[in-house]
Amino acid sequence: MKGRKIICMPLFVGLSLVLQTSCRGELPGVHGEEDIEVNPGDGSAGDEVTTPDSTAMMAGNIKGFFLLNEGNMGSNKCTLDFFDAVTGRYKRNIFPSRNPNVVKELGDVGNDLAIYGSKLYAVVNCSHLVEVMDVRTARHLAQIDITNCRYITFHDGKAYVSSYAGPIQISPEKRPGKVVEVDTATYAVTREVVVGYQPEELVITDGKLYVANSGGYQYPEYDRTISVVDLETFQVTDTIDVAVNLHRMELASDGLIYVSSRGNYYGLGSDVYQVDPKQKKVVGKLGVPANEMTLCGDSLYLISSGWSYETERYEPSYVLYDTKKHEIVNQNFITDGTDREITIPYGLAVHPVSREFYVTDATDYVTPGYLYCFTPEGKKKWKVRTGDIPAHFAFSEVTLK
Amino acid sequence: MLKQNKFVIGGIVLFLLTGGEASARIEPDSLRQLGEISVVARTVSREVLPVQQLDGVRLERLGAHNVADALRYFSGVQIKDYGGVGGLKTVNIRSMGTNHVGVFYDGVELGNAQNGQIDLGRFSTDNMEAVSLYNGQKSDVFQSAKDFASAGSIYLQPRTPVFGENERAHVKAAFKTGSFGLANPSVLWEQKCSDRISTSFNADYLYTTGRYKFTYQVEEGYDTTAVRHNGDVQAVRLESGVYGRIDDGYWRVRAYLYGSERGYPGAIVRNKFMHEDRQWDLNTFVQGTFRKDISPRYRLQWKGKYAYDYLRYLADPEKDETLMYTDNRYRQQESYMSLVHGLRLSPVWEIGLSTDYQFNTLNANLKDFAYPRRHTGLAALAVSAHTERLKAQASVLGTFVHDQVRTGADRASNKMEWTPTAVLSYQPLLAHEFYIRAFYKRIFRMPTLNDLYYTLIGNTRLDPEYTDQYNLGLVYTRFFDSGFFRKLEWQADAYYNRVEDKIVAIPTANAFRWTMLNLGEVRIAGLDLAMQASARMGNGFYLDGRLNYTYQKARDVTDPSSEFYGGQIPYIPWHSGSAALTMGYRDWELNYSFIYTGERYTSQANTTENYLLPWYTNDLALARSLPLKQGNLRLTLEVNNLFNQQYEVVLCYPMPGINFKLIAQYEF
Repeated sequence: MKGRKIICMPLFVGLSLVLQTSCRGELPGVHGEEDIEVNPGDGSAGDEVTTPDSTAMMAGNIKGFFLLNEGNMGSNKCTLDFFDAVTGRYKRNIFPSRNPNVVKELGDVGNDLAIYGSKLYAVVNCSHLVEVMDVRTARHLAQIDITNCRYITFHDGKAYVSSYAGPIQISPEKRPGKVVEVDTATYAVTREVVVGYQPEELVITDGKLYVANSGGYQYPEYDRTISVVDLETFQVTDTIDVAVNLHRMELASDGLIYVSSRGNYYGLGSDVYQVDPKQKKVVGKLGVPANEMTLCGDSLYLISSGWSYETERYEPSYVLYDTKKHEIVNQNFITDGTDREITIPYGLAVHPVSREFYVTDATDYVTPGYLYCFTPEGKKKWKVRTGDIPAHFAFSEVTLK
Repeated sequence: MLKQNKFVIGGIVLFLLTGGEASARIEPDSLRQLGEISVVARTVSREVLPVQQLDGVRLERLGAHNVADALRYFSGVQIKDYGGVGGLKTVNIRSMGTNHVGVFYDGVELGNAQNGQIDLGRFSTDNMEAVSLYNGQKSDVFQSAKDFASAGSIYLQPRTPVFGENERAHVKAAFKTGSFGLANPSVLWEQKCSDRISTSFNADYLYTTGRYKFTYQVEEGYDTTAVRHNGDVQAVRLESGVYGRIDDGYWRVRAYLYGSERGYPGAIVRNKFMHEDRQWDLNTFVQGTFRKDISPRYRLQWKGKYAYDYLRYLADPEKDETLMYTDNRYRQQESYMSLVHGLRLSPVWEIGLSTDYQFNTLNANLKDFAYPRRHTGLAALAVSAHTERLKAQASVLGTFVHDQVRTGADRASNKMEWTPTAVLSYQPLLAHEFYIRAFYKRIFRMPTLNDLYYTLIGNTRLDPEYTDQYNLGLVYTRFFDSGFFRKLEWQADAYYNRVEDKIVAIPTANAFRWTMLNLGEVRIAGLDLAMQASARMGNGFYLDGRLNYTYQKARDVTDPSSEFYGGQIPYIPWHSGSAALTMGYRDWELNYSFIYTGERYTSQANTTENYLLPWYTNDLALARSLPLKQGNLRLTLEVNNLFNQQYEVVLCYPMPGINFKLIAQYEF
């Protein structure tokens, strides 16, 4: 009995001490940047590499691209990656180690990314800010506070940002969105204009700004309009009726605006509409669903996750539309069967010169996604793991230091 | 009748504590603590399944003011805590998920048909006789079908009045104050009306600003401190019971009301440290129990309940311009009835047959809402065999579910499920309180009404989510008449669980639209170790300690083609444990407790971005009892999180650093 006595009591104290000393390091460390070689030859993923170097990527003086990972809402896991075309290396999560003094890193839910001049702009939706970085270093330059900001575009030294958080006018339920004008030299908000409900992407042509209103908060009465803003007066001059729940926008070389509708998720599917800004009306539709679309020359790339409530499966589609011929030229622009490997195609970008293209897979939204690089012919070149929900691209003409 | 039972009560105390055979060696003061359980005691079978319990005295010592705090001292349990007094606190037993935990209040299950979660932070442990946690189920054959219906169960047993020879009333008044702007007065009044009837009334008011400082800091980087905002809570709890005794049985009725208003403190993300959304709750129920031994071989139990719950959530962009305007109101009703027959065939064999029926309704001011009504029928047949060394039990539960929805809406198909449990306990040496125990249980949880019918997200095609549990364990208890140690107990259980058809949310067309699917698969291998010791010294010095350790490997095995196949599931640490030590000398008592949660990840992708540091807290409490007039005054000072550790249980929800509490309690 005596023996047990001696064993037992120290056990309590002892274990406590063990747990105490086996404890954590003083502070959480800054998340380091991970540097992965993907091109040539990402051996780790066992990928076949068709082009042994990155000359295709570097065409047109493009040195690489940034990729913004959205991260799930409330997780503060928006991250930024960079693909260096010169070295063929992929740098994951580059923001924290370059900006250790920015409190809580890049923020919550990245929603858009763009380069204008020498600056990189990340629109961080649930952190209610636009993070402005030096495009050469990805170091913090400024933070522009815009509540519930969504997308960004530029014109004449000004940034235009769509935001859900317009003024509360009649009732808090029916609250319109706005577009905010920001001076890119001073980062000051210069003008604001009230637009439709929950505005999303925007394009600028001919002195006018067009913004797609979704009305995502107004279910089941989605918005179905594009607001037209005169950049001179910064007033809404027209409202163009299109379809419910508008989202993406691209401006074609013939002046037509392509705008995607998300549908209402109940019977009414997603589609893409052609809007003539001169006539201020819809002139056609593609009959193709799109979660994301991007225009390169006259090629409009459209991807859709194709979720079916009937089969409870994703049936993704990868459609190529020619905006000059006005026809679908390819029903599946991924030609080597890699599309079967992708769960939810989410982000999309096309190299403006070489026509190599990039598709991201958001998988289940709660684990890291993947970035696929394809040749212009639609054959996989390489694949790399990204952050959570990889989504938005910005091609850069300078190498990240 | 009641006096005779005293030994049996003792037995139950021991059973609950030891999971082993009863003996009469028990301090008289613990008898009082068990109160009305005495009546239950005679008919309760031997506990052969793993059980952990904290009685009222220990709850008080540990400074466990709500049930979630108390459960941290049990092994095999993970608490999800969003921080502060008002933050949501849910429990997950052996990594199977919150929805697999049944929570019983005074013997009747607390329901939440809407989302299947019970916020355990709202249940005060004041006036709680015992908080017990059972893996598998309570190993009794004479119990409601609902008692068989969860993968793990927590029983909250509120105090029931027990009066001495010349006593007619008890009054207990307490006041708690301290950090977070806490003010918490409460009063308990118990009255003996006649030899057979007594009543109790309990009122409790709680106010807290919910404010506390938290710091986010990284190595050689930012270091920011802010105050948690919108964590205020105002809550009232009123409770009343009537307790009656009849020949060979008892009855009781309980009415409960909880009303609160609270803020949602929200996730702390970059540039967004304050939130303004709010919630109002009203939870009420009336429940009754009747139990009688009709003959030495046949006994009967009836239980009934009616509950009404109201919840309002308000997000007002006029208060916080980042918010989407939302003003949702949910109203739930639950009616429940249970009838149990117990038949003792012989000293060895016993049979229990129970039938329960439950009706739930959920109304909400959501657009296109389905207004679901759910009928649930449960029937359980249980058989037990007790010999000198071997105790065995087998039960089968049938569950029948029928949903109704408003015209035009989709409804879930009818469900009929049969699930078995088998339990075995063996005592190799009669001279020693040493037991080997094993159980197998298969059970499921129904998709909640939210999973099925929540506008835009719900999926009416969902199937139940199944769990299988295999457990093998040992218990060894020793009592000593003299010497330093008076009691030592060891428990060890190894287990393997499978969760199949786990209901998970997945995105559909885009990040705005999610739906629910039976997609997940989880495999859990775990080990729970527990040790307890009580020691005495002649000069009035006593020592009481408990130690728990849990190892869990909980792997996500949903998709073999995923890079993250086999990753540890979110928020489950591989290692966790707790230690608690009480030292008493005459009127003084000093308590120390230590809680440890090891490293874990916020996602099944166990990458550096998702890594969470281990955390551990040290709590200290000093108490003094003073006789005052005919009563007793007890003063307690608590210092929690002594070393001011900054930590998160849930990502982006910072927990409080060092905090204090002062408690004054007077009882007569």
